[in-house]
Amino acid sequence: MGTLNLTKVTKSFGATDVIKGVDLTVNDGEFCVFVGPSGCGKSTLLRMIAGLEDVSSGDVMIDGRRVNDVAPAKREIAMVFQSYALYPHLTVRDNMGLALKQAGVPKAEIAQATDKAAAMLSLDALMERRPAELSGGQRQRVAIGRAIVRRPKLFLFDEPLSNLDAALRVQTRIEIARLHRDLGATMIYVTHDQVEAMTLADRIVVLRAGRVEQVGAPMELYNNPANTFVAGFIGSPQMNFLNGEALGLRAATVGVRPEHLTLDRGAGKLVAKVSHLEKLGGETLVYVVNPTHGLITIRLFGEHEFAVDEEISLNYDENKLFFFDEDGQRLY
Amino acid sequence: MSQARHSTARTFGAHAILITYTVIALFPVFVTVINSFKSRKAIFADPLALPGPATFDLVGYQTVLKQGDFFQYFLNSMSVTVVSLFFVLMFGAMAAFALSEYRFRGNLLMGLYLALGIMIPIRLGTVAILQMMVASGLVNTLTALILVYTAQGLPLAVFILSEFMRNVSADLKNAGRIDGLSEYTIFFRLVLPLVRPAMATVAVFTLIPIWNDLWFPLILAPSEATKTITLGSQVFIGQFVTNWNAVLAALSLAIVPVLVLYLIFSRQLIRGITAGAVK
Ligand SMILES: Nc1ncnc2c1ncn2[C@@H]1O[C@H](COP(=O)(O)OP(=O)(O)O)[C@@H](O)[C@H]1O
Ligand SMILES: [Mg+2]
Repeated sequence: MGTLNLTKVTKSFGATDVIKGVDLTVNDGEFCVFVGPSGCGKSTLLRMIAGLEDVSSGDVMIDGRRVNDVAPAKREIAMVFQSYALYPHLTVRDNMGLALKQAGVPKAEIAQATDKAAAMLSLDALMERRPAELSGGQRQRVAIGRAIVRRPKLFLFDEPLSNLDAALRVQTRIEIARLHRDLGATMIYVTHDQVEAMTLADRIVVLRAGRVEQVGAPMELYNNPANTFVAGFIGSPQMNFLNGEALGLRAATVGVRPEHLTLDRGAGKLVAKVSHLEKLGGETLVYVVNPTHGLITIRLFGEHEFAVDEEISLNYDENKLFFFDEDGQRLY
Repeated sequence: MSQARHSTARTFGAHAILITYTVIALFPVFVTVINSFKSRKAIFADPLALPGPATFDLVGYQTVLKQGDFFQYFLNSMSVTVVSLFFVLMFGAMAAFALSEYRFRGNLLMGLYLALGIMIPIRLGTVAILQMMVASGLVNTLTALILVYTAQGLPLAVFILSEFMRNVSADLKNAGRIDGLSEYTIFFRLVLPLVRPAMATVAVFTLIPIWNDLWFPLILAPSEATKTITLGSQVFIGQFVTNWNAVLAALSLAIVPVLVLYLIFSRQLIRGITAGAVK
């Protein structure tokens, strides 16, 4: 069991409003990702759920119980931090078992729980080491193990992969996804990386400046963004935004994803000059400049060759366009 | 290659400056110690000469040890310093933790108020302190000195320690809170060990002025039973005649305990000073 309800939750630090009214339900067993640019209030919202930060107004409910005034340790949650936050003076085993020890669980039971978590994360060989003797990836696995041992109602992750190198990040991401499947637990995961959000989430919550912009499954956000912010944030490389009137379309802004632009030798709808080329092997990104629309990204499958300053002409399928009004809200 | 040579030259320069400073700083100590082993005549004849077979004389040490209560003075200085140091570190760390960790009304003002103590010398309040001690019957007790020195040491301790505590990972403290540690456990078990180098720095900067102080022992606790070593040494400095052998011997002896305390803290101190460099 582990559902979370936020009702009109706000947070102010003095005169600055950081969270400006968030309503959200996270269902039991769901993997929910908060995503947004850095400084938008993701961590603050997560810390409010954890009880590390007071709620200025509104209600936080876990499993139907209002927990606004409940201490973090009593909320039956566990949290994994970006900086690992392992206790430097304790061994891996004691790091993992501390919460249970504080809760007065018998020793034998603690040992059983830590051993089980260690087996899940292949930490068995490291149990007697101290955090200083571990690599970054191992430390983060211990931090995840420490969360598992508690059998919390909610797992909270605050950018847990940001300090890891690229290869380790992918590996740990897969491990977290597998843990979610195995444990069937409710997880709330904060990241500024939309790739992490897309790959892990059952549901993504896009935040901007303390407000929820849109909530939905990854493909829902990709195929049906509510506004230019979400359209630009979800998907990589970023969606191109073109001037609608110049194209003779009835919208202020027209969005088209780089993968939906096609090359048309000769009679395309747009002419532009190549300004830069990125060859990634499996795909080629072509950056072109058009005087009215500015920089446009095209994503082509396979290997392609272009000369810088070469003029090319582009085409798009009208059905794959997104139309936005002056305020950036989606028209259709 | 040229870079390596460049840095050797720089290392050399840096060491030359440091050695010069060390010599300047240690010179008075050196002169005190060598002269404490010389006869009175030799001290005045050639103050910078090392004690030789002709000039070697332990009369200063003999006088000091015969003076009776010298061991008591040592004990007084030691207890005052150690107890004050303990209070400064404990209360200083606790106040620093509160200031750096909790948001409350008047936090900033409180911090400024405490920092003010660094700039205003406590001696300005001597008269008021004396009146207070008289009123509370603490004159001629070591308690009076301990109270004053604790007050004197706290501002700098709070200032330095709160800066260091601000740098202790917030995530670590929050992890502790989620695991159900009390704020006291977080303070004593997580935060204090991580600021140990800073504590050592504060300890050294606190203990030396306390050990060397003459002012407050003279005013608050001049009785025979409560004299500190610095005050005790003054008996040899008379209005007309000064027993230089004894003064120098007493001062040389007085260096030993601070040196021991310093060596205890110095390993930590060096780590504290280089903390920024080693991440
Ligand atoms: N303790 C605090 N005091 C004042 N402002 C804060 C505090 N914590 C966070 N903020 C502000 O709240 C905003 C959101 O911060 P945060 O939740 O950490 O962003 P994110 O995790 O999305 O990058 C930032 O603008 C930050 O400056
Ligand atoms: Mg954050």
